[in-house]
Amino acid sequence: MIELSQTNEILDMFDVMGRVEAGMQQFLTFELNQEHYGVEILRVQEIKGWDPVTPIPNTPVHLCGVLNLRGAIVPIVDLRLFFGMPYQPYTKTTVVVVLRVHDVTQRTVGIVVDAVSDAHNVHPDEIQPAPDFGEQVSTEFITGITRMDDNMVMLLDVDKLLNSEQIG
Amino acid sequence: MSIDVSQFHQVFFEESFEGLDAMEMGLLGMQEGAADSDDSETINTIFRAAHSIKGGAGTFGFNQVSAFTHGLETLLDQMRNGERDVSQQAINSLLRAVDVLREMLTAVQQGVAIDEDSATAVSLEIEALLQSGTPAMADLETTEPAPTQAAGWQIHFKPHPHLLQTGNDPVRMLQELAGLGDLSVTLDNSALPAFSDLEPEDCYLAWTLTLRGDITREQINEIFEWVEGDCDLSISPLEPEQSAEVETEEPRTEDITEPPAPEAVINPAAEPKKALSETAMSSIRVGIDKVDSLINLVGELVITQSMLSQLGENFEVSRMQQLIDGLEQLERNTRELQEGIMRIRMLPISFAFNRFPRLVHDLSAKMGKQVELKLSGEQTELDKTVMEKIGDPLVHLVRNSLDHGLETPETRLANGKSETGLLHLNAYHQGGTIVIEISDDGAGLNEEKILSKAIERGLVASDDNLAPDKIHELIFMPGFSTADVVSDVSGRGVGMDVVRKNIHSLGGSVEVSSRAGAGSTFTIRLPLTLAIMDGQTIQVGDQRYIIPLISIIESVEIKPGTVKHVTGKGEVYSLRDEYLPIIRLYELFNLTPRSEKLEDGLLVVVEFEDRKVGLLVDELLAQQQVVIKSLESNYRKVTGMAGATILGDGTVALILDISGLLALYRNPSLVRTLKTIRAA
Repeated sequence: MIELSQTNEILDMFDVMGRVEAGMQQFLTFELNQEHYGVEILRVQEIKGWDPVTPIPNTPVHLCGVLNLRGAIVPIVDLRLFFGMPYQPYTKTTVVVVLRVHDVTQRTVGIVVDAVSDAHNVHPDEIQPAPDFGEQVSTEFITGITRMDDNMVMLLDVDKLLNSEQIG
Repeated sequence: MSIDVSQFHQVFFEESFEGLDAMEMGLLGMQEGAADSDDSETINTIFRAAHSIKGGAGTFGFNQVSAFTHGLETLLDQMRNGERDVSQQAINSLLRAVDVLREMLTAVQQGVAIDEDSATAVSLEIEALLQSGTPAMADLETTEPAPTQAAGWQIHFKPHPHLLQTGNDPVRMLQELAGLGDLSVTLDNSALPAFSDLEPEDCYLAWTLTLRGDITREQINEIFEWVEGDCDLSISPLEPEQSAEVETEEPRTEDITEPPAPEAVINPAAEPKKALSETAMSSIRVGIDKVDSLINLVGELVITQSMLSQLGENFEVSRMQQLIDGLEQLERNTRELQEGIMRIRMLPISFAFNRFPRLVHDLSAKMGKQVELKLSGEQTELDKTVMEKIGDPLVHLVRNSLDHGLETPETRLANGKSETGLLHLNAYHQGGTIVIEISDDGAGLNEEKILSKAIERGLVASDDNLAPDKIHELIFMPGFSTADVVSDVSGRGVGMDVVRKNIHSLGGSVEVSSRAGAGSTFTIRLPLTLAIMDGQTIQVGDQRYIIPLISIIESVEIKPGTVKHVTGKGEVYSLRDEYLPIIRLYELFNLTPRSEKLEDGLLVVVEFEDRKVGLLVDELLAQQQVVIKSLESNYRKVTGMAGATILGDGTVALILDISGLLALYRNPSLVRTLKTIRAA
């Protein structure tokens, strides 16, 4: 696990390194209830610490509220609650990952995760399709599964996950 | 090297639509048959507009548009040169052509198929006009009704001596011509002086060219385009008897129905119509003076900023006054800058008014009424967004006045009025609002008819004794129409309620005043802008919200004994002689209030569509101007919220939408259960 202050530096460095290794896909990984997830790094707009948000009445429980992000009103989604995991109070390492979502128009949405782990280069061959759990577990947001440092990482499809219907 | 011209498309469309508006205005202003200086200037304007649309469309490869405009241009050119009388028939055809062009351009802009049927119909109409043409000047050689694809062309080309100095070279032009077809050249060097008198930079030669082949006049014109003023040029079709020589200025009568190049035709089957809501990015033109004043303001802001940062570097308490002064200056700069930026979005209302001369012209002809349209206050400015949204309600009100308000000439004469009815559109600023008035000197609202209709529909009881004002208000009720005959203009019963709703959604209001026999006046009041509004910050629990100041009537403390209960659940507050439902905002928003006791809070009385309700809040905070930000741009529309704004401390506050709150209040199932999960 790394400190938040370092993550943006990693993002910057990664941007440079990423161009060198052609054919590789790049993912930002984060932790959620001891599970590991990854999102395409090109979709990450910024990573910031938790700031209090303005709640919006009569919206789903996973929608924390909206935040002023340099003049833009950005909705913040608690990914734990969104996935039906138990609620955890926000701490110093609680991180908001601000993502660019291609919906009907391009939108900006923030997700609250337990902590950001690392940035990884993944070769497409290393990505396996998501296992089929049948009706039990919804895997429609998961594009694939890969292995990083002995951890299984679920790669998320940002557009399917955070479209306006889903976040409600 | 190729240039991506698509980046200029937007500009082309904007200019073309402006040009079309200008054409329309000009055509409407033209009097039949009159060819005085005023009119010829108008025709010139119309011609220029058509000409630039044609040129632009050609450049960008919108061949259908340019082909269509070509016939139009020819007709206008004849009118401009006085070769053709300006007949009402021609004006009507031209107006229809303007409509078709507008549709074509819209279609091209949105990438959908052009409706070729209407285009063909109108272009045939124009061609018929051209063919039937009775040129006004008798001495003019008859126009060539034959198609352009003559067997060939005879060209007499005599450059003026200075032609070479303009950088043009006849040799190149001859080569170009030779590229078009079979060219035979006869040189006329009779003007060549003796060698000693020869000026090496002058051109003394002339040519007679015979060009055979399937060539259009256009192609030849194009080659000589740059030397038009620098030579004697005559081009005539090659025919068995070469009679009339046709001057270059001659009206051209090419086959305008010639099918456009296939690549420009968009296959309607392959390309399904895109949703119209997908409008192209819009832009506005801003006067340079507005930009200059902004630059000045920013300059002042920079000075203030550097003054303040200097002060901050070595600050002592003794310099407090300087700091206060500096901050005041900063506030003034910011406010001026804000106003300056807002002015950029402001456009004169003439943009909305300009469509009415045409509308009134068409409708009054259709209904057999004589109407004089008077526009005033066209320079009154309002926000572009408001302007776009006020268009339809205005059209509706104008149509109504024409249809219901103004009488037929016979009725008017019988009532001792002049035959021509007056319709007056007026706009002016009043405080922070813009007022638009639509008045007519027609019959006025028929109170008896409205009342009987309202009783028939069960909107009012038959024994209600309504004041005239209240009766007039009834026309804004849903499903209300008193038109005896449902026409295609009005009378379908969808109308005034929609107008009122649209105007309300803009944060405005509409009223009517009427006097039987003397006419009626509709008064619309609108906020100058939608981007900024005056708001009242309120506190509910630990949250702050903004209520639009325009909806607030008053705020009252609740005294014990003024609250009554209805069926044990609903609470009403008796304010003077009215009973207002009390909406506890904390219940609607699932918040924990400071106190649930009504006496500890304040009641903010708000009005929506003539209904008053009281909103229970914990506290009133500051009144301030807020910049409205959309929740939809990154999230979605939220019932009860009109948007959000950013407060001075950088946090987000939601702006309440009174109509949405009422919907939540009436339908509690929309209110979600408390977010207990995070209370832990």
